Amino acid sequence: MEVEPFMNWLNFIYFLSAVFFILGIKGMTDPRTARQGNFIAAAGMVLAIVGTLLRKEIVSYEWIIIGFIIGGTIGLLIAIFMPMTRMPERIALSHSFGGLAASLVGISEYYRHGAEMGNVKIAAIGFEVLFGSITFTGSLMAFGKLAELIPSRPITYRFQNQSNILLFFITIFIWIYLIFNPSASHLFYAMVLLCFLVGILIVLPIGGADMPVVICLLNSYAGLAAAATGFVLENNILIIAGALDGGSGFILAILMSKAMNRSFANVLFGAFGAISEELKQKQDEFYAGKIKATTPEEVAYLLENARLVMIVPGYGLAVSQAQHVLGELAKYLKSKGVDVKFAIHPVAGRMPGHMNVLLAEAGVPYDDLLELEPSNNLFPEADVAIVVGANDVVNPLAREDKNSPIAGMPILDVDRAKTVVVIKRSLAPGFAGVPNPLFIKENTLMLFSDAKQGLQEILNSLRGTVSRLH
Amino acid sequence: MEQSPVGGIIIGLYIFTLAAFLGYHLITRVPPLLHTPLMSLTNAISSISIVGAILVAGMKHDKFTTALGFIAVIAASINLFGGYAITERMLRMFRGRGIR
Repeated sequence: MEVEPFMNWLNFIYFLSAVFFILGIKGMTDPRTARQGNFIAAAGMVLAIVGTLLRKEIVSYEWIIIGFIIGGTIGLLIAIFMPMTRMPERIALSHSFGGLAASLVGISEYYRHGAEMGNVKIAAIGFEVLFGSITFTGSLMAFGKLAELIPSRPITYRFQNQSNILLFFITIFIWIYLIFNPSASHLFYAMVLLCFLVGILIVLPIGGADMPVVICLLNSYAGLAAAATGFVLENNILIIAGALDGGSGFILAILMSKAMNRSFANVLFGAFGAISEELKQKQDEFYAGKIKATTPEEVAYLLENARLVMIVPGYGLAVSQAQHVLGELAKYLKSKGVDVKFAIHPVAGRMPGHMNVLLAEAGVPYDDLLELEPSNNLFPEADVAIVVGANDVVNPLAREDKNSPIAGMPILDVDRAKTVVVIKRSLAPGFAGVPNPLFIKENTLMLFSDAKQGLQEILNSLRGTVSRLH
Repeated sequence: MEQSPVGGIIIGLYIFTLAAFLGYHLITRVPPLLHTPLMSLTNAISSISIVGAILVAGMKHDKFTTALGFIAVIAASINLFGGYAITERMLRMFRGRGIR
């Protein structure tokens, strides 16, 4: 069989775009080259698309163009207007679109050639549809939880894990059956529907604070679905891009679960964070009479007289959209000669790097954002540590109590700073549902307030003092 | 270029495995600082499945196929345009201490 000359060119174009994708990701290894990397990866995408549009199998362009316009407009609108605090939602949504696209391409391949397909091809299509569909509905659920459209606490019922696992095995069984009986089209479509259902059911029992792991895993699934599409269409660029995406998501998922000292199985099936009434009462006794509340003015006084202030942001920062006030506060303190550093826990927020993006938005230079280890080395030198909207990641129980649900989780040792200020609306427990002994430590002061409002009052008080002095 | 389907799959597996290894080594070197932009970039890259969507939407096989392809093109191009744009928007905000 002779190869037509254009296919040779096209394969070369696909090869170039694969190189561009790899160079693009390489750019992300350093903040100074990251934008360049994004640009190179985008160029690779343009190459691949232009090459594909010139293929002779394409006889009509109208639906492609209309699709581009609709999808492009939606995508750009989301990209421009989505607030940075809601980045996890946007990422979850995009995984869902990626899964949907892969799944639909797989369904159409089966619809056209299903019955006459070889075993290998049908296995690849099954894999593509399986991962694509689970990613589609699973990511929609994750989106719903993050946007609080559905309760972000785990939703549990009896025999939940057992029935989920059973459903999953039925799906896998249908897939295997199809490999040997490709013409069983009813079963194929039944498998698609089952996958949609499985996607919904597996995310239901996973709580909001475990979303970093879930988002990463879904990222990985979306990549695997794209790679499977490559196997179906015998297109190497899809295989490479899918492998990069799948690998990236998987690595991030591992990093996230390590940062919580939990296994994937525990994250996926543990229904972590389902809270009981009994626990709330126990907690009230735990804190009773030992809490020292403070005022914005007192915090301002402490900050003015500090040499080094370390700030620990958490998901509460995103919820109350306090990043700009926090950025301003840091800038003000620096202008007065106080050194300010930010300690970022890997799972602070709802996705990897969530806090870094928010603080970048607030104009905090990235040299001031410290990772876990350098932060912990620095805490003993800090005069004041401010905890804003974080709880479990600063809970000393992780170090001290081997039976606690967060035992062994690497935490930020804020309690080693001279004074700790915790800005928090109430004593409500963190996601792990355990009381936090940090709040009753000798050197801890509680500022009961919404993050944004509390920080603003501290800043006002600081500015007020200075203007009175001059 | 006659190939048995199994031969094609094996070559595909080579490519997949090598790309996954390369990805592993690159991605472990990405600092946590950039994990969110990394995720949005790899997400944009995985919208390469638009290549499959374009083929399906443009081949004029029958209405059902075109409809599937059309929806797939929309879904993939949301990620395509949105993914790169939002990564750029995020990365523009990251500043070092020296640069103002």
